[in-house]
Amino acid sequence: MNTATKEINSSLLSTQNKNTDIKGKLIVGVTQLAVFTIIAVLFIILGIIVYEGREKFSWEFISSFPTNGMTEGGIFPALIGTFILVIVMSIAAVPFGTITAIYLTEYASESSKFAAAVRFSVRTLAVVPSIIFGLFGLGFFIQFIGAGFDTAFNGGQLRWGQPNILWASLTMSLLTLPVIIVSVEEALKTIPRELREASLALGATKWQTIKNVVLPGSISGIMTGTILAVSRGAGEVAPILFTGAAYYLASLPGSLSDQFMNLGYHIYIMATQSSDVEKTMPIQFATTLVLLILTLSLNLVAVVIRSRIRRKAK
Amino acid sequence: MKDIKIQVNDLSLYYGEKKALKEITMQVPANKVTALIGPSGCGKSTFLRCINRMNDLIPSVSITGQMLVEGVDIYDKNVDVVNIRKKIGMVFQKSNPFPKSIYENVAYGSRINGINDKNTLDEIVETSLRQAAIWDELKDRLGDSALGLSGGQQQRLCIARTLAVSPDIILMDEPASALDPISTSKIEELVHELKEQYTIIIVTHNMQQAARTSDHTAFFYMGELIEMGKTNEIFTKPEKKQTEDYITGRFG
Repeated sequence: MNTATKEINSSLLSTQNKNTDIKGKLIVGVTQLAVFTIIAVLFIILGIIVYEGREKFSWEFISSFPTNGMTEGGIFPALIGTFILVIVMSIAAVPFGTITAIYLTEYASESSKFAAAVRFSVRTLAVVPSIIFGLFGLGFFIQFIGAGFDTAFNGGQLRWGQPNILWASLTMSLLTLPVIIVSVEEALKTIPRELREASLALGATKWQTIKNVVLPGSISGIMTGTILAVSRGAGEVAPILFTGAAYYLASLPGSLSDQFMNLGYHIYIMATQSSDVEKTMPIQFATTLVLLILTLSLNLVAVVIRSRIRRKAK
Repeated sequence: MKDIKIQVNDLSLYYGEKKALKEITMQVPANKVTALIGPSGCGKSTFLRCINRMNDLIPSVSITGQMLVEGVDIYDKNVDVVNIRKKIGMVFQKSNPFPKSIYENVAYGSRINGINDKNTLDEIVETSLRQAAIWDELKDRLGDSALGLSGGQQQRLCIARTLAVSPDIILMDEPASALDPISTSKIEELVHELKEQYTIIIVTHNMQQAARTSDHTAFFYMGELIEMGKTNEIFTKPEKKQTEDYITGRFG
């Protein structure tokens, strides 16, 4: 290559560089700005909550009942109520979601119209606004099933036909079902075909193969789904508004037909319906802090487990 | 050939519209090693997977003709595929131990048959591992994960796992293709020993392996069974030109 062509080449390169340089810098700048904004918003929110909530946040706050017309004291019953809610919800949603996922990945044929309809329903369920679930729970569980049960078995005496933990949990389980189904489906799909074939070739039935090979290999996926669902259920308020959450209860719920207090709902009523909103501000922030710690740490655990599954799948 | 174990009559297999196996008719003798050879895509593995009905798992597959195992057509509606697979074991190309302990891998087939007695299982595990000539290597680490074994050990473990169900017939789909020469020779020795008790059908793309291990050889090409006969005859004086071309390395 002689000197002349070298120069031409290098000048071509440099003009190209200038053009792409400006565009490139602009794109990098815009993306960096976007990322920075998101991080800034997150840190401002977290910062304010931690800063404002730190004063009230203590073991005593977590472990004591609200006092003095809910202007003082702690959030113990709301925390316990939230726990019971997510536990009952998981008992209902995890087996149901897992079985659905097993059907979709293991039994339904690819051309099955029914499976396609189920998948479509699951996807649709995932985008239904949470308040709609709340209304559905009120209409279906409380007024239809609960009231129907009372009329049929309780001689019309009101027991199940009103908001309670059971109906709130079941409503919440409908909301979190898609999360579980999708997570479990993902996990089932990571089980290699070779392992299924090994089991079948030994004379195992399809169900034996699922039970002994596929499900044990998917345990972490089922756990991820459960944790994500629990974290979602712990944070949602709309589905339990009409189905079981209570403003204030002097004692912890003793049965599934009792109402319950809840962290998210507690923040809502403290901010909107408290007798002294200004005075309870620190309580609101500290409650928010507790709820955030709860959901963020649950999500963190789920992320860790999920990344382990991904690594294993590779 | 006396003592026919498997009689195949006019067996054809379709993937959707595409005919992948064309009117295969052959006889597999009992207690012998039969090698299936042929170039990639010739249908030898597909044919092997017909014998334990593994192709049932692929929705687009349809099969015509007869596959008689000890005189019973295994594609008959009244035949239970689960029993077929207990009687006809399979070792795969890629070793596929379960992510369980060595012991549980071998005990798997017995457990699904409802055998849970500790002593019985211990005995089955030991016998099977001995038969697969891997007992001495593994007897002190039966509780370890099978995934920690070397490729060759994993494959012999898979063979032990298959033997534990006490099948009559063992299908091997290129069982040594992913292994080093030493592991390969161990597998070949094993095949030689096992034919006393089992009828073995082995798919291989390694001609020397077919020549070394088998009593009979069937040559497949483009979904057809071109020629089948005693291994030494197929390798020394094949009747068909295609067989000769393949064996002498002119294609494939």
